[in-house]
Amino acid sequence: MGLFRKRRTGTKPRELVSQTTLENAFNRRSFVIGAGMGGIGTILAARMAYIAIAENERWVLESESNRVNLSLIPPRRGWILDRNGAPLASNRADFRVDVIPERMRDPEATLAALAEILGLTANNVADISANIEDARGFQPIEVATGLDYEQFAAISVRLPDLPGVVPQRGFSRFYPTGPSVGHLIGYVGPASAEEYEERPDPILITPGYKIGKDALEAQFEDELQGEPGARRVEVTASGRIVRDLETREDRQGAPVRLTIDGPLQDYAARRIGLESGSCVVLDCETGDILCMSSMPSFDPNSFSAGIGRVEYSMLRDDERVPLRNKVLKGLYPPGSTVKPMHCMAFLDAGVKPEESIMCNGGRRVGNRFFNCWSNHGRVDMAKAIYQSCDSYFYHFAQQVGFEKVAEWAHKMGLGEEFDLPVISQFYGTVPDPAWKRRKFETEWQPYDTVNSSIGQGYYLTNPLQLAVMAARLATGDRVVPRLRMDEPVREFEHFAFTPEQIDYVRQAMSDTVNGPGTAGRARLPLENVLMAGKTGTAQVVSLSISDGKTGPWKYRDHGLFVFFAPFDKPKYAGAVVIEHGGGSGAAYPIARDVMTYLFDPAKGLEALRPLEEQWGGTAQQRLDAKYRAYAAAAGEVVQPVPQRSEQIFDQVEAEARLAQRQAEEFAQRPVGVENEGSRAPTSETDNLGRNNQ
Amino acid sequence: MSGIVPAPVARQPWMMLFPLFGLIIFGALVLTSAAAGNFDAYAKSHLLRFGIFFVMAVVISRFGKDLVELLTYPAYIVILLMLIAVEIVGQVGGGSQRWLEAGPIRIQPSELMKPAAVMAVAHYYGHLPVGMVPSWRALMPAAGIILTPIAFVLLQPDLGTSLAIAFGGFVVMFLAGLPLRWFIGAGIAGLAMAPVAFFFGLQDYQQKRVLTFLDPENDPLGDGYQITQSKIAIGSGGLFGKGFNEGSQSHLNYLPEPHTDFVFATMAEEWGFAGGLFVLGCFGIILTWGLRVARAANDRFSKLVAAGMTATIFFYVAINLLMVMGFAPVVGIPLPFISHGGSSMMTNMICIGVLMMIHRWNLKQPRTGLIAS
Repeated sequence: MGLFRKRRTGTKPRELVSQTTLENAFNRRSFVIGAGMGGIGTILAARMAYIAIAENERWVLESESNRVNLSLIPPRRGWILDRNGAPLASNRADFRVDVIPERMRDPEATLAALAEILGLTANNVADISANIEDARGFQPIEVATGLDYEQFAAISVRLPDLPGVVPQRGFSRFYPTGPSVGHLIGYVGPASAEEYEERPDPILITPGYKIGKDALEAQFEDELQGEPGARRVEVTASGRIVRDLETREDRQGAPVRLTIDGPLQDYAARRIGLESGSCVVLDCETGDILCMSSMPSFDPNSFSAGIGRVEYSMLRDDERVPLRNKVLKGLYPPGSTVKPMHCMAFLDAGVKPEESIMCNGGRRVGNRFFNCWSNHGRVDMAKAIYQSCDSYFYHFAQQVGFEKVAEWAHKMGLGEEFDLPVISQFYGTVPDPAWKRRKFETEWQPYDTVNSSIGQGYYLTNPLQLAVMAARLATGDRVVPRLRMDEPVREFEHFAFTPEQIDYVRQAMSDTVNGPGTAGRARLPLENVLMAGKTGTAQVVSLSISDGKTGPWKYRDHGLFVFFAPFDKPKYAGAVVIEHGGGSGAAYPIARDVMTYLFDPAKGLEALRPLEEQWGGTAQQRLDAKYRAYAAAAGEVVQPVPQRSEQIFDQVEAEARLAQRQAEEFAQRPVGVENEGSRAPTSETDNLGRNNQ
Repeated sequence: MSGIVPAPVARQPWMMLFPLFGLIIFGALVLTSAAAGNFDAYAKSHLLRFGIFFVMAVVISRFGKDLVELLTYPAYIVILLMLIAVEIVGQVGGGSQRWLEAGPIRIQPSELMKPAAVMAVAHYYGHLPVGMVPSWRALMPAAGIILTPIAFVLLQPDLGTSLAIAFGGFVVMFLAGLPLRWFIGAGIAGLAMAPVAFFFGLQDYQQKRVLTFLDPENDPLGDGYQITQSKIAIGSGGLFGKGFNEGSQSHLNYLPEPHTDFVFATMAEEWGFAGGLFVLGCFGIILTWGLRVARAANDRFSKLVAAGMTATIFFYVAINLLMVMGFAPVVGIPLPFISHGGSSMMTNMICIGVLMMIHRWNLKQPRTGLIAS
């Protein structure tokens, strides 16, 4: 209080005011107020000048980016064609709906609204919401493709209430023959978050844009992807489009043409039927891979449309591994299929074809007796091949040494990786002493030679290698497989065998099928074409566990068959491997029918139809049925698969070849050439029309 | 002036009226564009309202000093009662309300309170014995005159109007000659209290606005969106703008409230920096004229009223422009004479009318010397 009083008294004289002092104060202070106002006015003017003039460029840009919405148009993907130009993978125009999770305000409600419009099942909705939870940033999540126009319109109308939902017209990848090309072609899918981080290109997160995810789709990504188009539109703040400003069309990706024969690929895949296995066919003259079917497979259409949880778990849990390409990544002991090739090695080492041994149901090597699968008596090279006598190979492999044999195995393509545009191939093992020392640090033993001489032991090969081996055996050329049609056909190096030697082995392999050999039922039902081949059976477990023919599926022997035809002038060569087929008897009928189809499609299909009837439909139909059954077991409801509408795509189906041949026949009928173009409809053209249906 | 112009016409404060008409007409143009080229939507009623309120301003300007001094307190009390009535009606009706309805007319008492509070404080200090001015005892009634309405307006809640009343009252008290150290002390105390006021005095949405103002990038799609869009509109206008009716920010709805709070951004986008200078210039002339009227006034009441009215108009202009340029948080204060809206037009025209009135008093009774009544 004292302090207060003191201050008060100290300042008191200044507080003496009068009219004049107040007047002065008003003048002073109103000047201050005026100056303050002027100051703020100046600041505002300066600020405005700064924003509008100094920063003008930046704000003009922002204003433009507000006003103009640039949306990328996903490019149409290039087609993957078979050797005749028919599409193995094409695009189908459709209406689709995606959602961008980050822009959704209430994902659950939005999804519920979409489910109602589109008629999605609880199963679909669960899949989509799982995807939404996993999604990062602006990565679009596919909700549905293949909508009809009414659904598309219904969603478009409700867009203002459904933030984050992107309906659009687009193209979806379509694989006409589905599972038949699954492993070969692969599939496409939206870019993952990792892929976007690696290459932050806005096209990757454009709804509807898909990249190759596996096999050839991934391998040829750069060629297939094309160039995105762009559409500039003026939009309001709420996203309503006011007008189009400018549109740049997309550029479709380049087509990739394969050496694959589409109908043959489909036929082989379907002919494998219920078995788990693969079939490879090569053109001996060019090395063209005509088919490389691996079954059971997946439907790449489902993958490309965003595979469901249930369907994926069905594929993953299958003991027949439908997710593995068995042609390139299935490794099997080649078994007896290597015997003709081993004979070539013996020939090269100076063994004469006439040199023979006595098979007494086996052969003593060192101090152990090794069984043959039968007692063949006197065996020369030809008999060793067509009767598949093990003793002969125990003996001569011992005589020439296995290094020599292994050297030829490599020359013939076993244990080799081929220069093919594939994501990966397992090249297996051709055992030899140096390899064993490297791998196990133990010495090569006589029993190693014995085992390896009949394609067992450490020997591991993939079906493509077996097919290449067959082609090289058949021609004596170092046939190199080729998968792209636009790669130049190479001149193959010829092995130093005399024509007589090659003919000798060809004849012996022909006898396997057409003579007194092990695969009599493999004879082609054709008059003028003889197929040569060699059976093989690869043990999976020791005889003490299973006899390899019956019992649990996974203990049964693998069945193998290598072949070429026609035997005297080889044009096609190939291999069929059936996992756990219970012996070569599972493999060669398939090879027979595939080759029959190649030479005579009608006869081939005749053989396939009753089988498919018995199996319950084509591979595609069986896969669909299996999925429905699996889903039902898992307590989910799956919509029946919609029927395909675009008949144009059917030209790679096995049946397409038949129709094509018929058409060709009609075309070749003698008709008046000069008036062909302008002829009125006659009975002849009526015929053509009727038969084509 | 020369003999051609009749005296009653020449007597009018043309120095203020020309820029005022300029702003109104310019405002009508901008509002036409804000409605995407539709004159009827905003611009028509803008001009109509101006016409009505201009007549009102002229009527006000005819009032005599004695009458005004007589009516000041009663008017203040009536408006205060209306303010309380708004609060009661709001409480009874449930939910907050800012206006009273009398037939077709909606009266917003808080708007009327701005000039009324200024007049009341000016009246109080204008008639206070000179020696009492710097005393604490004399401060209390003045503080009461200002704080009572502020309290009721804050209850509505309407921060912008509260601040406007406070600003008007503050300017009058400052000019009345109160000791400077009180203002300095109040300023320091205010700074110290700001955090407390922020956390306990402001509503959630007001807190958010302040935070957004401090860091607009923090919330680019929410509150910061408005400021950012406003800056985009002003910035993209450049020197001469995109041209009449060509503004994409306003036409494509990016700019929020393109006809009220952010009308300056709408204008700047289409007329550029040049348009901005025109608006600033007009306001500068009007406000300078207002201060000059205050200085030329004969008595303290007139001086303080004129200065207070000028300050009230200035407050609108400054806060609105600071807001649209990103220097102040988003408070719903329109730009005088340009924004579409009846209540702000009314308040500002009352201020103009009062200024014209004092201008008339000044002309009628020219300042004679240092000693005046």
